Amino acid sequence: MSERELTCGIEIHQQLDTKKLFCNCESTLCDEGYGAVYRKLRPTVSELGEMDKAALVQHGKDVFFTYQSCKGSSCLGELDEEPPGPLNKDAMETALTFSTMINADMIDEVHYMRKMAIDGSNTSGFQRTALFSTGGYVEVGGKKIGILSVCLEEDSARKVEATAEETVYRMDRLGVPLIEVATAPDMETPEEVMEVALKIGNIFRATKRVKRGIGTIREDLNISIPGGARVEIKGAQELRLLPDYVRNEMERQKMLIRVKDILIQRGVGPSEFSLEDVTEMFSKSASKVIKGALAEKGKVIAVKLPGFAGLLNGDNGKLRLGSEMAQYARTRGVKGIFHSDELPNYGIEQEYVDSLKAHFGLSSEDAFVICAAKEKRAVDALRVSVERANQAIIGVPNETRDPLPDGTTRYSRPLPGAARMYPETDVPPISITDDMLDRIRNNLPEFPEEIAKRLVSTYGINAQQANQIVRQGRDELFVKISEETGMAGIAATLITTAYAELDPHAIPDERMLETFRLLKANRFSKEALPSILKELAGGSDVEGAICKLGLEAVGCDEASEMIAKIVKEREDFVRSKGLDAIGPLMGPVMAALRGKIDGKQANDLLAAEIKKLIG
Amino acid sequence: MSYSISISKRLEAIGAKEGSRLSVASRGKTFVGTLMPHHEFSGEDIIILKLSSGYNIGIRILEDSDIKVLGQPAPVLKRDILLEKKAGLPNITIIGTGGTISSAADPKTGAMQPQHSSAEFVSGIQEITDIANITVKAAMAIFSENMNADRWKDLAEAVAEEMNNGADGVVIMHGTDTMGYTASALSFMLGDVPKPVVLVGAQRSPDRPSSDAPSNMTAAVRFCAKGGAAGVFVVMHEALGDDSFAVHLGTRARKMHTSRRDAFKSPNTGPFAVMDKDGNTTFKMEGRAVSEGKAAAATKMEKAVTLIQYYPGMDPKLFEDVIMKSKGIVISGTGLGHVGSDMIPLIRKAVAGGTIVVAASQCTEGTTSLNVYSTGREMLSAGVITVQDMLPETAYVKLMWALANSDDTDEAKRLMMTPLANEMSGRRVADV
Repeated sequence: MSERELTCGIEIHQQLDTKKLFCNCESTLCDEGYGAVYRKLRPTVSELGEMDKAALVQHGKDVFFTYQSCKGSSCLGELDEEPPGPLNKDAMETALTFSTMINADMIDEVHYMRKMAIDGSNTSGFQRTALFSTGGYVEVGGKKIGILSVCLEEDSARKVEATAEETVYRMDRLGVPLIEVATAPDMETPEEVMEVALKIGNIFRATKRVKRGIGTIREDLNISIPGGARVEIKGAQELRLLPDYVRNEMERQKMLIRVKDILIQRGVGPSEFSLEDVTEMFSKSASKVIKGALAEKGKVIAVKLPGFAGLLNGDNGKLRLGSEMAQYARTRGVKGIFHSDELPNYGIEQEYVDSLKAHFGLSSEDAFVICAAKEKRAVDALRVSVERANQAIIGVPNETRDPLPDGTTRYSRPLPGAARMYPETDVPPISITDDMLDRIRNNLPEFPEEIAKRLVSTYGINAQQANQIVRQGRDELFVKISEETGMAGIAATLITTAYAELDPHAIPDERMLETFRLLKANRFSKEALPSILKELAGGSDVEGAICKLGLEAVGCDEASEMIAKIVKEREDFVRSKGLDAIGPLMGPVMAALRGKIDGKQANDLLAAEIKKLIG
Repeated sequence: MSYSISISKRLEAIGAKEGSRLSVASRGKTFVGTLMPHHEFSGEDIIILKLSSGYNIGIRILEDSDIKVLGQPAPVLKRDILLEKKAGLPNITIIGTGGTISSAADPKTGAMQPQHSSAEFVSGIQEITDIANITVKAAMAIFSENMNADRWKDLAEAVAEEMNNGADGVVIMHGTDTMGYTASALSFMLGDVPKPVVLVGAQRSPDRPSSDAPSNMTAAVRFCAKGGAAGVFVVMHEALGDDSFAVHLGTRARKMHTSRRDAFKSPNTGPFAVMDKDGNTTFKMEGRAVSEGKAAAATKMEKAVTLIQYYPGMDPKLFEDVIMKSKGIVISGTGLGHVGSDMIPLIRKAVAGGTIVVAASQCTEGTTSLNVYSTGREMLSAGVITVQDMLPETAYVKLMWALANSDDTDEAKRLMMTPLANEMSGRRVADV
């Protein structure tokens, strides 16, 4: 058998729509937090295996976190001020239901564990998690994808502010139940990765106990290619970007393999980390970055990389080791680095490049990197940059990477070692009895395939549309629209075409429903639906969209004219009150328009006319 | 390992022990992992394995389940921990007694161990070894609900010995549940002890990254090292954050919350001092200066003393036996210190038999007074004495001590009504 071009497994974290896992708090997020509790977390002796005094000093003296409480969504439990309560029954049933739906074997007796994490994301310094089932699978495109484990765990606290001095977490998200599903590394193409994620997402939604919307489901991707390394992309939230992340990561690894081959061909060995303070040389540089750094009493430090020329940024941007090095450097608190493959640029002129090359005695195959910042930071940033460059000789490093909105990823940290887990002694073991499982099996919700069949038989749409609606997770929306307006055919077409191309979170369900209500009321024709959707996706409400698109008898222009007249008639009043005149004028405006546009719209138009008048 | 007899036999038969690597096939599934100890609330037919992923699972064992040993655990080497002495730093002795602050999970099995090695715990708190030369001694390893007068005696003697051997202060690691009682007992037993004695505990165990043990311990050692005052104190979190600490008088400290880090409060007086995260200390009242004298422990205690909480409808018949057998009784009464009229004849009978009956209040805050209502006046007539705003549990400990360290009842009564260790006061500041 030929070697697979891609080996990929996914870990999916889905928030449940229940109360919190070990307390009675609501699992909703809050716009505001209150209080500021100062806490330190220390690596425990057992965690380190043995005493590492340097690490203890570091943690004892420097690292602290501040926690905000939230009304309704956090209590003494989240603040690590009281023992956990009993495991939430709804969450547990959802984990068992999901496990049953993916044909997994349930664990006989579930034991909660403390997974250590001292980055502040958990007030306790650990996450409570337990393994519920193993050995499940889903079928996607006729292929079995193994599900190694299903765990039920607590979500972490939300980082709301991070400065150099402190990290502030809000505890609303802490303790929200999460089901964590880990697949086997069975996926072989970027498209398959998305299909599997969609499939698992659909089964989650079928339980009707999961949260919806952005941030409620997060995917970690484990990716490797032949000759590459295992890289984890952690916390992807946009399902439709998954194939891009995979594809881009495959390309990135292939590029790094090419870089490695060239380095070996050139016979390049690891670069020494010998720094040069070139502040004096750059003292008159016009570069903004360098000027800025020097103004803050920083230094310009340079280091040479013999044999690396053309690899940092070469072959028309196809070789990009420099950008990898810059990502490492930025983890040390600098804005970036400059390397010889990208210079002259950024206000650094050829004469500087030449004098640096002369200073180092570089040949055409040699490269250099400079960093302008406070000395300690610059040195640190260059050290990791050179380490990263030297790593390229060995190959692709194992990394954890952050997903970015453009489908690419950025280095965040090395792959963590095996999780350190200890029993959560405050939670008694939970026996999963045959009775419980029988009850779950006898009350399983509709599977996605069954939902699709129901849509076909009840609403008369075709099977392909029904399957796609379910795959998109829009079946509930479709049913609502069809039930209320009877426009199943139009809804099915719209959801599977124009709507499918939009960000699934951009238009609230209620607004979609409203659109169909107004369509039914003949406010516009069905041909206008795709354009209206575009407006809605841009944040407009339905009335606003109709108005803007000029779909109604009384258009905005007509309304504006009438309002302008009213404003003009009361010019003195408007001039004296400014925008405060809106309130008093709303009466006459609404009377004149006789309900042709709604209040919000009238309000906006009135404000616009007043602004026009008073300048 | 405390597995059920049948499971234990099967494990023994194949040579499996805690830490052994096992393969367990049961009900059509096979798991490989490390054998963990049995959990108290785990099913009788369950074996617990730690899988390579780190997760523990319970596997139900049936007649036909197949258990195989794949490997045995490597022995763990214990290393000695040596704390270096530094010139110019004060000498502080830390005495371990047990409790949350001294407990920890075994890193391999996760089982809570009753005794964390005190030395191991202390050496993990780098900060304190920069503040003082630390000597660690383990006096006992018990949960604090198992404390009693004999153990208070052992502890008081241990403190006096350390001090007389050159300690500039003594820190006692103690369970928080009864830390207030022990602090009171040491306050009376050690009298005018010349140096600081600080009890310190934790509400979260030290095996947790978020434990309050290291920060409380650091605050306790700092307070001792500064030598700002002599006497017996309790140091714990002042609030929920790890950045403020309260120093309470030993006779005034009370656990007021089951789980919060700032559970300890000083009703009626407030804390003796507060300390910030950098060790800056603000004294809230005047203390007794540290001196070079010797420490002496007067450790005799009368054990036939009871502490009774009065409640509406208390039946004297149910309590007659207890009350008549007691040489001293503290009644945690209602309001200003009252009991129902039904109880008064029994109290009168006990006093006539030579028993000292002390009225305290279950209100916690405020003074007692039996002059205000007729019930109170009847109690006084029956021979009940009051001890101002002394906490009921402090009064209980003091009564044990007063009875054992006086020649007669009258002297014991006089001791009860005289402040000896800031335990009572005739003045409470208006907190407006």
